[in-house]
Amino acid sequence: MIPSSVARILRKLSRENAFYFFTSIGNYTGENAASLEEFVKKIGEVNAKSLEFHFYRGDLEKWAAEVLEDGELAEEIKSLKNLKPVGDALRDQLYIVVSKRFEKLKSEFRG
Amino acid sequence: MKLKKQAVSLDSLDWNILQALQENAKQTYTEIGSRFGVAHSTVYDRIKKMEENNVIKKYTTVVDLEKVGVKHITAIMTVFTDPKESENVAKKLSEAREVLEVSTSLSEELSIIAKVVAKDQDKLHSFIALRVAPLSGVLRIRTSIITRKYKEEELLIERK
Repeated sequence: MIPSSVARILRKLSRENAFYFFTSIGNYTGENAASLEEFVKKIGEVNAKSLEFHFYRGDLEKWAAEVLEDGELAEEIKSLKNLKPVGDALRDQLYIVVSKRFEKLKSEFRG
Repeated sequence: MKLKKQAVSLDSLDWNILQALQENAKQTYTEIGSRFGVAHSTVYDRIKKMEENNVIKKYTTVVDLEKVGVKHITAIMTVFTDPKESENVAKKLSEAREVLEVSTSLSEELSIIAKVVAKDQDKLHSFIALRVAPLSGVLRIRTSIITRKYKEEELLIERK
């Protein structure tokens, strides 16, 4: 990947572009992620109900594609839907996919 | 420092006029005047004065949105805030077209209670996720969507 694209995906986002974790319509947990690195961390910490809410609404892949501008990560998250994971199984699957992607990009960035 | 709002002094005729207007704001000055035994010009003067000093804030029309086919949902949103940012959050919420009422509440934590309207649940969620959660000082948000309303009235003043 072009180094500038990698840097863009790994960038720190503004408050407006951060991902805000909700458990249902209008119920914000107080947790948010303003970078891919923080997103990985929060996947391991937030209520599994919140992950389910966003995963099945398509919010996670939408944020990855439109805000982080990482189409590859968006596709990987989307592909997990075939497995219909819930609860901690969903957390584990998401963590594997997102953390792997983050580590890959980080190593590419370091060259 | 905030100054406490001073109450405007009203006499019994003012109170009577206010009560009459709350019952039906479309009454004429003559109708109100004849009810209380005063001239229509007296009623006009009193109403004018109460409008000028904001005792009467506005006249409005309450539309039955269901009857005219306007689909919408209403929700009560409780926004828990950092006390230092609370006023700023309340101001920002007040500026939003989707927010009809904003109040602060003192319970165990400082919170802002707001009445929000949206076309549907998706629009409601987008508004809260994209415009409320990112406000500086917002700690958590709890939202209840209203499913049925049994009563909605303004506080009617009692004649003094």
